Amino acid sequence: MSYTFLQNYWWFLISLLGGLLVFLMFVQGANLHLGNRSLSDLQKRMILNSTGRKWELTFTTLVTFGGAFFASFPLFYSTSFGGAYWVWVLILITFVFQAVSYEFQNKKENLIGSQPFRVFLMINGILAPLLIGTAVGTFFTGSDFTVNKAAITDPAAPVISTWGNGWHGLEALVNYHALLLGCSLMFLTAVLGALYVLNNVEDEAIHAQMRRSIKICLRPFLVFFLGWILLLLVRQGYAVDEAGVVSLEKFKYLHNLLQMPAVLGMFLLGVMFVLLGIWKGGFTKSRSGIWPAGIGTVLVVMAVFFLAGYNGTAYYPSCTDLQSSLTIRNSSSSPFTLQVMFWVSLLIPFVLAYIIYAWRQMDKKKISPDEISDTPHKY
Amino acid sequence: MDVIAWSRLQFAMTAAYHWLFVPFTLGVAMVMAVMETLYVVRKDEFWKKTAQFWMKLFAINFAVGIATGIILEFEFGTNWSNYSWFVGDLFGAPLAIEGILAFFMEATFFAVMFFGWDKVGKRFHLVSTWLTGIGATISAYWILVANGWMQNPVGTTFNPDTVRSEMASAAAFWEVISNPVAVSKFFHSVTSGWVTGGVFVVGISCWYLLKKRQRKFAKASILVGSIVGIVGSFAVMLSGDSSGIHAAEFQPMKLAAAEGLENGGRRAAFTIVPGIQIPGMLSILATHDINGYVPGINDILNGYTDNEGNVIPSVAEKMAMGREALAALSLYRTTDDPSEKAEARHALEKNVQYMGYGHLEKPEDVIPPVGVVFWAFRLMVGLGMLLLLELLVIGFLAWKDKLDGKKWLFIAAILCIPLVYLCGQAGWVVAEVGRQPWTIQGLLPVNVAISSLSAGAVKTTFFLFLAIFSLFLIIELRIMIGAIRKGPETPNE
Repeated sequence: MSYTFLQNYWWFLISLLGGLLVFLMFVQGANLHLGNRSLSDLQKRMILNSTGRKWELTFTTLVTFGGAFFASFPLFYSTSFGGAYWVWVLILITFVFQAVSYEFQNKKENLIGSQPFRVFLMINGILAPLLIGTAVGTFFTGSDFTVNKAAITDPAAPVISTWGNGWHGLEALVNYHALLLGCSLMFLTAVLGALYVLNNVEDEAIHAQMRRSIKICLRPFLVFFLGWILLLLVRQGYAVDEAGVVSLEKFKYLHNLLQMPAVLGMFLLGVMFVLLGIWKGGFTKSRSGIWPAGIGTVLVVMAVFFLAGYNGTAYYPSCTDLQSSLTIRNSSSSPFTLQVMFWVSLLIPFVLAYIIYAWRQMDKKKISPDEISDTPHKY
Repeated sequence: MDVIAWSRLQFAMTAAYHWLFVPFTLGVAMVMAVMETLYVVRKDEFWKKTAQFWMKLFAINFAVGIATGIILEFEFGTNWSNYSWFVGDLFGAPLAIEGILAFFMEATFFAVMFFGWDKVGKRFHLVSTWLTGIGATISAYWILVANGWMQNPVGTTFNPDTVRSEMASAAAFWEVISNPVAVSKFFHSVTSGWVTGGVFVVGISCWYLLKKRQRKFAKASILVGSIVGIVGSFAVMLSGDSSGIHAAEFQPMKLAAAEGLENGGRRAAFTIVPGIQIPGMLSILATHDINGYVPGINDILNGYTDNEGNVIPSVAEKMAMGREALAALSLYRTTDDPSEKAEARHALEKNVQYMGYGHLEKPEDVIPPVGVVFWAFRLMVGLGMLLLLELLVIGFLAWKDKLDGKKWLFIAAILCIPLVYLCGQAGWVVAEVGRQPWTIQGLLPVNVAISSLSAGAVKTTFFLFLAIFSLFLIIELRIMIGAIRKGPETPNE
């Protein structure tokens, strides 16, 4: 196995994990609907108990996504996490509150009552996809950092990756192109959440509300996503040549799509699947829209990551110093480490198989008032 | 305080909070898995209700453990940027294995364990309960492989082209994952979790006996909890012994600090507390030989000859060699002249093992806070012995069914709950404060491992995390106390 193959393979796995993470963020999206005033408290508890049995998977995927980046592209981990400090800290805080909110909210000893914890879940539902989407948006717009590996020999300023401004990543929130992706992701997860609840909860009134929510969220999602993709196709991108020299190229991401027809096909197929899922959930009586929408989401996100990293593209560009930009080639682990991890990654199908098996066993009984009262552990 | 101090404080605080929840998870997972096994084997509903009660407490604890754990993982990147790059290649494989093998196992079967009682068969549920605990244990192994490497960086070479430590062969990978420091750390940490779980279960059960409630449940729980705790205690002692040997071999300064040993020698005495010593005992503990040489702080500063006859240079000499290595690295990365580059590489390779020393300002920088490590070590060992005694006494009386009316013992067992946490925290203080100033022993001191952040930014997140974790801890304790007061659903016999 060549080094290049291993680097590409691990970018593929990062993309897959990213896709699965966005799909599993239906948990965040579903929790957004806790603010729906048309739902009774029991109906909100049904939604909570539904997402409460899946949040661990989303959380674990996020941790594994971070861990996989650390393992395969450690220069990204050290540059982005240490540089875009505030963005990552904010993302983490929203997830931390989410982690405890399920367990704490309905316990009378929780000091602050149940409502604040539901608000925490909703904040997580808004901020997590918004910030993660915006952070991924900077994969195309660039960030303000420099990388100098020789710095480690300088006792006065030994840090290899340094951020160029004191906002430490928050500046991305005023970058309209990156923010468009964040907003798209927020509304996509809201749609996915509604589709998931539709599938997993037994309640006609909730179904009606979810179908309504899908229709409401669809429009802003389409506006933001189409806006983002159009701007992406016309913007200049960060190309990297064989020697590793980074330069700006007009219509780089459009070129990437055209030069990688498989990625173009994957992207279009993914979009079609997402729309099919939305149509089934929002405009028919079907309750299985989550599955095509989920598959479509994974395909689209993977295609977006492929556009960012493959075909001679710097996936984490620096707009301060082009040559500091991170590419699949200059930021990865060594050939041996990638090879060991390659063999380990062959266990992924086995892991997926037991997750799917356990998931199916757990979802045989849909969430209903009876099911909640029969379960010893409930939220 | 500067950004280094705030970053250290933030990481230490997050790790300390995280270590309040992890040992509970490891230990109580074992207790409830044993109880559920008894339910499945004996087909006795009593054991199911008993296991379910401890699972309820497990769930309350688990959520906060996860919350602190994710912050800890990402703080490697956010606050220790240079460190992340330097070790990224080495941590890659263990983290990938941890993520794929352990995290998903824990997350998937955790859900089955809590929500699957009426959805999956008895045996599948039992397997899920065991796999939740096994997943947490596997996770501990891989993270301790990473931690063990930081204390004893084996199996890697420094690559000047990438400026990081790298593994290059299957033999090197094996060296990393079978690192003796990692193996003994794993057993020491996991089995100390069993002690925590055992002491917690015994203490809470004693509260029921004190209140004359749920006696059957309490006695059964005491029996299981004390067995898990006693097995854990003996394993902790065994692995602690090998930890001492490893500290003497790979981190002599940590051992010298833990002993407050200024000047070492052969037949070194072990200090129980200042003024009370056991002659020759430190040599036995550190080398398994009463005549073994144990260097003191001054010996390490000035240089010494170890038990194998190797001459260990003084810290000043190591600093000089480290500076040569850094200068060679700097030249290697800036020059285009091939012969100069080759010379620089040769000079670097000659002194690379001392490269970290080149970043130190003065030899005394290698001395960790001696008082903190010295007393933390005594607290850990003293409490560990007290807890073992408690478990042995209560376990024996429970086995003989002679617990009734032993109020003083019940109160002592309840008081032992905070002590077991104090013991665990003290253990990590010895391990982590004792290795200062190194993030990676000899290679990367803390002042070079940091991110490019302002002290103000890290100070802000320190207080933010402190407030969040403290709030979570207070709420968790209140909820747990509420659940304990409510009690299990077993008959009140």
